[in-house]
Amino acid sequence: MFTIARPHKKGGWAMNSWERAGFRPSAVHRGVKMSTFDDPFDSSCELSRFGCVCGQHRSSAEHDHAERALRCDQVQSQAESLEKRYEGVVASALMRAMFPKEAARRAFLKSVGASTALAALSQFFPLQTATDVFAEAGTPEKKDLKVGFIPITCATPIIMAAPLGFYAKHGLNVDVVKTAGWAVIRDKTINKEYDASHMLAPMPIAITLGLGAQPIPFAVPAIENINGQGITLAVKHKDKRDPNDWKGMKFAIPFDYSMHNYLLRYYLAEHGLDPDTDVQLRSVPPPEMVANLRADNIDGFLAPDNICQRAIYDGVGFMHILSKEIWDGHPCCSFAASREFITGSPNSFAALTRAIVDATAYASKAENRKQIAEAIAPANYINAPVTVLEQVLTGTYADGLGGVKTDAKRVDFDPFPWQSFAVWMLTQMKRWGQIKGDVDYKQVAEQVYLATDTHKVMAEMGLAPPETSYKSFSVMGKTFDPAKPEDYLASFKIRKVT
Amino acid sequence: MTTSLRFRAAIVSVALFLAFIGIWHLATRGTASVATMSPEYAKLMGATATEGKSAMPGPSEVGAKLWEHLKRPFYDNGPNDKGLGIQLGYSIARVGLGYLLAVMVAIPLGFLIGMSPLISKALDPFIQVLKPISPLAWMPLALYTIKDSGISAIFVIFICSVWPMLLNTAFGVASVRKEWINVARTLEVGTLRRAFTVILPAAAPTILTGMRISIGIAWLVIVAAEMLVGGTGIGYFVWNEWNNLSITNVIIAILLIGIVGMLLDQVLARFTRMVTFPE
Repeated sequence: MFTIARPHKKGGWAMNSWERAGFRPSAVHRGVKMSTFDDPFDSSCELSRFGCVCGQHRSSAEHDHAERALRCDQVQSQAESLEKRYEGVVASALMRAMFPKEAARRAFLKSVGASTALAALSQFFPLQTATDVFAEAGTPEKKDLKVGFIPITCATPIIMAAPLGFYAKHGLNVDVVKTAGWAVIRDKTINKEYDASHMLAPMPIAITLGLGAQPIPFAVPAIENINGQGITLAVKHKDKRDPNDWKGMKFAIPFDYSMHNYLLRYYLAEHGLDPDTDVQLRSVPPPEMVANLRADNIDGFLAPDNICQRAIYDGVGFMHILSKEIWDGHPCCSFAASREFITGSPNSFAALTRAIVDATAYASKAENRKQIAEAIAPANYINAPVTVLEQVLTGTYADGLGGVKTDAKRVDFDPFPWQSFAVWMLTQMKRWGQIKGDVDYKQVAEQVYLATDTHKVMAEMGLAPPETSYKSFSVMGKTFDPAKPEDYLASFKIRKVT
Repeated sequence: MTTSLRFRAAIVSVALFLAFIGIWHLATRGTASVATMSPEYAKLMGATATEGKSAMPGPSEVGAKLWEHLKRPFYDNGPNDKGLGIQLGYSIARVGLGYLLAVMVAIPLGFLIGMSPLISKALDPFIQVLKPISPLAWMPLALYTIKDSGISAIFVIFICSVWPMLLNTAFGVASVRKEWINVARTLEVGTLRRAFTVILPAAAPTILTGMRISIGIAWLVIVAAEMLVGGTGIGYFVWNEWNNLSITNVIIAILLIGIVGMLLDQVLARFTRMVTFPE
């Protein structure tokens, strides 16, 4: 399916370890590098191919991005990266001079191998970048990986990548392990029992900041799903569709550091209810929500899907609204790994990210959704009736009140970790008292949400990544400007007084 | 007389069982009233909503499912879906390991406490505080410090089974009849020999009672611990099926947990009978 040749295999990720060490080449230069600065020793790539997939990076937005990167760069690091690039150019020019014919160059590289070619060239020219360029392209340091997940449809890309072979395609042998709850998945990932895992989008931020856990730097290379949640109420409340009638009701959310918590609070507050005093919010693991709703312990929940649809399927609840109606395109779950894993096994991490991005792209296509529903339904994965998963993934669903609704975007998949998402979450963490004191929104967002890396992976795979990593969006009609988080925060009347 | 009593008891047992199954069957058979719904809507809904079927499965469903599980108890469909035999095996292995560790710690320590009034008094406050803590309360601490969920589960088993054994051993050792110890002393038997030939046999029934209580507790706790850490084991199976709201499988798991617990208890009961002596 994704047969687009990757122009440079290892180059990009080798560069990444440089960036992580503090050497950040600016995006402008990187954009150029992708064409002119291709790895000239890669036998699978054509040197004369200019303006390939990477050409699109040279846009005004990219310049903005570069400007930002420049600001955080040290002067020295810039010189450093320039130097590197020049060396690449030298090698490239050299190869071209020696083998003007593409086919001949490739045949040469294939027959003697890249390292021999390098050794031969180094005799004439001092090529210091040799090791970087020729580091075994993308061979994962660790092939057998464990990835944890919670059995909900948000984890679709992580789960389906196993039965549909996306991990294997990227040279990995991944065990996806079902986990009992968010706190456990957090602890197991911190304990390194899992190499990476499925987490609620705000969790890596919370872990990095040390909220509800010891601070450990975590990063998000990909968002799993957007939309795909819903507010489900018990059937007995079917006439109470106006949130103003909800005073005193009990709602369940999956975890304190979840989009569900922030979205439900936002929704209630917009309707004039103070979520801390007017209603009760309880943190309940998703699998227990339907049972609790049936037992009348809670009046409703804002929960991940298949749980919402499951409540409908079992006749105990109805869909009040989809979370999409609160914020269309909101992130929900993320794919997260610790910084330690990323720096310790950069190639494994890169392959894992590629597999996830690949799977996410596959999941985003409506025509694949039925097949996915069948692949992830068995007991080894989500363990839910196929009918329920199909309704969630295809968007044609029973609403619990006797109607059949269709919304193809009920859940969608988009891997790009917008840093503005992280900024929004930080504003809500602050709004509801989870963060006390000041926070450097941008710094945290950029540290945790690896937009630059995802951008690169997406481009390499022939997908179209967005040009910036900040975007504005609106939540219930109110526009959020990621550049002014404090103003946004100040504009809310209902918030926790700290 | 005894045979007829046994026979009559068996009849009552069977009658109770049949009555239970009968009531269960009747209670789950009924269908609630169902709102009318369009066929395309009904296709998207579960049986509880469309047919008013009880959410609780009947005995026949449970029986059929149980047969299905018993036919292939050792299948392995990947890391999250294994046969009941494998799951029970994992649980028993965890309990066994934690329990053995507890035996190795509790019995020597119990001996020491029982034989030395000084140590007994010194350790008493610690034991009194640690004993009533629910084993599951240790779980977050164990996960945090041990940094391995498998070992944490074993640690939880260890910590919950150590106390009854410790206390029973100490009590058994301390309450060995003074006459016997005095006799040993007049015959100038050494401390070590006295411990092994006089005190151990005398305290054995009490110690084994403690071990029997412990294995029961360990088996109770493993299910809860596995529900928390997940991965493998019968507790994980219960949790995974609960996830799917499959009450049928949960009932089967409950049944199996009961049977395995009973077997473990019976084994220890047999050992107890072996060391019991008439006075």
